[in-house]
Amino acid sequence: MLANALKKFRALPFALLMLFATLLPVMAGPFEDAVGKFANDDYSDTEDAVGAIATSGNPLAFSIISALQDGRLMADPDTKKIYVTQPDGKSIDALTGAPVASVPDSAAAVRLNNHLRRAVEAALGGLTLSSPEPEKRIQAAQSVYKGHDEAMLPLIDGALQKETNKSVKQAFTEARAAILLFKDDATEQQKLEAIATIKARGDQEALAMLTDVPADAPPAVVHAATAAVSAIQQTLALWSVVQNAWYGLSLGSVLLLAAIGLAITFGVMGVINMAHGEMVMIGAYVTFVVQQTIRNSFPGLLDYSLVFAVPLAFIVAGAIGVLIERTIIRFLYGRPLETLLATWGLSLVLQQAVRTMFGPTNQEVGNPSWMSGAFQLGQISITYNRLWILCFTMAVFAILLAMLRYTALGLEMRAVTQNRRMAASMGIATSRVDALTFGLGSGIAGIAGVALSQIDNVSPNLGQSYIIDSFMVVVFGGVGNLWGTLVGAFTLGIANKFLEPVAGAVLGKIAILVLIILFIQKRPRGLFALKGRAVEA
Amino acid sequence: MLTQSTHDIATSHSRRRWLAAAAGLVLGLSGFTSARADDDTIKVGVLHSLSGTMAISETTLKDTVLFMIDEQNKKGGILGKKLEAVVVDPASNWPLFAEKARELITKDKVSVVFGCWTSVSRKSVLPVFKELNSILFYPVQYEGEESERNVFYTGAAPNQQAIPAVDYLMKEEKVKRWVLAGTDYVYPRTTNKILEAYLKSKGVKDEDIMINYTPFGHSDWQTIVADIKKFGSAGKKTAVVSTINGDANVPFYKELGNQGIKATDIPVVAFSVGEEELAGIDTKPLLGHLAAWNYFESIKTPANEQFIKDWQAYTKNPKRTTNDPMEATYIGFNMWVKAVEKAKSVDADKVIDALPGTKTPNLTGGVAEVLPNHHITKPVFIGEIKGNGQFDVVWKTPGLVAGDAWSKELPDSKDLIGDWVGKKCGNYNTKTNKCGGQGS
Repeated sequence: MLANALKKFRALPFALLMLFATLLPVMAGPFEDAVGKFANDDYSDTEDAVGAIATSGNPLAFSIISALQDGRLMADPDTKKIYVTQPDGKSIDALTGAPVASVPDSAAAVRLNNHLRRAVEAALGGLTLSSPEPEKRIQAAQSVYKGHDEAMLPLIDGALQKETNKSVKQAFTEARAAILLFKDDATEQQKLEAIATIKARGDQEALAMLTDVPADAPPAVVHAATAAVSAIQQTLALWSVVQNAWYGLSLGSVLLLAAIGLAITFGVMGVINMAHGEMVMIGAYVTFVVQQTIRNSFPGLLDYSLVFAVPLAFIVAGAIGVLIERTIIRFLYGRPLETLLATWGLSLVLQQAVRTMFGPTNQEVGNPSWMSGAFQLGQISITYNRLWILCFTMAVFAILLAMLRYTALGLEMRAVTQNRRMAASMGIATSRVDALTFGLGSGIAGIAGVALSQIDNVSPNLGQSYIIDSFMVVVFGGVGNLWGTLVGAFTLGIANKFLEPVAGAVLGKIAILVLIILFIQKRPRGLFALKGRAVEA
Repeated sequence: MLTQSTHDIATSHSRRRWLAAAAGLVLGLSGFTSARADDDTIKVGVLHSLSGTMAISETTLKDTVLFMIDEQNKKGGILGKKLEAVVVDPASNWPLFAEKARELITKDKVSVVFGCWTSVSRKSVLPVFKELNSILFYPVQYEGEESERNVFYTGAAPNQQAIPAVDYLMKEEKVKRWVLAGTDYVYPRTTNKILEAYLKSKGVKDEDIMINYTPFGHSDWQTIVADIKKFGSAGKKTAVVSTINGDANVPFYKELGNQGIKATDIPVVAFSVGEEELAGIDTKPLLGHLAAWNYFESIKTPANEQFIKDWQAYTKNPKRTTNDPMEATYIGFNMWVKAVEKAKSVDADKVIDALPGTKTPNLTGGVAEVLPNHHITKPVFIGEIKGNGQFDVVWKTPGLVAGDAWSKELPDSKDLIGDWVGKKCGNYNTKTNKCGGQGS
């Protein structure tokens, strides 16, 4: 009915529409009454208005309701006039569609609550079923599916007949099935077909729909629904294993990223660096400053802010690392307890310095658009930020490995850490290499901070939450071995994520710690122990 | 005791002289301010963490007290005397809270202390305030189950925040399934215990309640958010009641946004997320998620608009937000001022007796009154997160809600009341008519 009405309106000559539009203010029909209700700033009035406008068949209905959804529908409480601000910034009078020069200052956006948002989504679903964009049509079908309102059946049937796009057709069929499943007077055969369609969908929403089938439905339908539910549950259980594995990889990549700098300062150099977490934190604050600068000066580049932040964070954190090594750590080589205390104190100093400079509250670091949202892979959803962090971690790891293997500095680093005196007698400036190695480790921690700013708080405490985990990874993986750190991080990540659903987050973490302690008892040098003369050096 | 033993140890003359000189030096340094202060100022202690994990929340409250003192001094102070703030930093270290509280009361001789955020810090200073008989104003929503003579609770008790929020979800959103997610410590655990009992009394079944705890500062929320999604797809309307604390909220909300959990599907109502916490997140994906508080910055009343204007002028930051614990500090401070004026003294006993019944206006309209159980009356608001990091009030209680010191939902505390006016008792058992029932 609505679709027909809309079609008719489209068919009307433009002149007639204009005439109609100018006549509108004097004719107080249901549409006019409904629009007037928006000015009351009352949720139940707004809901009535949405329902009435959606079924009014007025050509402005779509733009009014979509404006309401986006907060562009403005109501003036004084004059009771309603305006629509178009996406292009121009405004029209909601009642007549006539353009207005500007919306008065006293007008405020019509407010919504969740209940209303659902009503608006459902109303828009009906209005956008015939949208020219396939994306929109699928969205509309989804909202019809969720609401499974009987009144939508003729609309869906009409849309289904006209539809040519395959995936949209599928969405419409599912929406139709959802309606039929809950329609009291649908035949048993129709309901069974509906169950088959929804079962084929196989996701959690299908599960929700099928669990909802009333128990007083015909026995065959109830039976089919229960069978479908258990079938879906079985597939979902399999998928949840895949999901846990993915979460484990993702957690492992975060652990690796946080630990990889420590694998150099602690693993290769043997410095117990408690200020490692603060290097991560400094990297995150560099990201914040870069984003702030870009936001203020070059807003067009905001999506690429991280690309600029990565080298800067490396330089800033690396430079601070070199400074720390030259001023503090080089006096403490071979004295692990003093190093531990000095770097612990240093971490507090750095935290408080950042707190004084930037304030104690969290700073907002935005996700670039290519790192927001998620996509579906089978029945699991993979979030883009986690995926990018995994790729980024692997890239950092590969670059670091190549650097140690193929560059002169890498060669010198390995020489110094394996046998300091021999390296010195071969003419390597060991103290310079020490400073550079520490700087490299700190710089990589800074890079980790850029990535972590995307998933965690940017606050002075950021580093503290990663320091324990980082040490755990390095010790577990085997001190002095980058591959050990890699395997250690992913093992811990995956073990954690498979334990978490069973034991809960708190117990899971404790269990991991206990397991590591037991493991270290058995193999004190970690997963991949260094062998040969290097160990004694 | 302490001075006695010092004398015993310092038997030799030279040593005693050395000690005396050192003491004189310390006194000379600190006395420089306090000697003058004793005569014409009233000292106000501020016991909020300015470093460590809790600095993120508590620094603002320190600034609020300083701001209130500044405003009061502009009006001429109290009883003809100026107010002077004594700020200490307990550094998010719970035992240090007790030490610093002792220092404030005995060394600095403050008349009143505004402070604490976490329940564990409050529990740690309680014995000090009892022993030295001073006054603490505690400005944060907490788990209840407490009523002390020396403490005034100006934040919400569970029946002024958690219960109304659940009522709202039940009535307006028709929620049937509940996820109670919290950080693993006393406030979420007690609040969830109360909520679970309350939900069950409303006929919610065991299988429709999922309780989940996470460690402090939890940052990997993938599994839990996926679990919530799964729990929510059982065909009944589901909501999350979040007592997740502090820093863990940002990654939690980021994960919610990224996994596409919309407020129209599974709304999250939070008790520890305010304007300050949202400052670290892009709130557009969170549109419609809820928070329950007794104050929102976005509430339009002349008093609130004036307060925000003065606050931003005082902090010289036109973007500085305000939040619920700030309003609780504001109310507490004004109540103390009124009580001191009523008692015409800053003596702790007199002020404690003068406080119950004291009324001061809220920032959001209505009047807060100190009750005999040392809690106050408050309005309760449910706000939805807007795109600009503020909240839009979608519901409020018809009137003011009186704070219950002891929850009516828990079997251990349902018969207890706090009454420091008639019964002079914080845990009076109305069944046995005795002071000191179960509970504490």
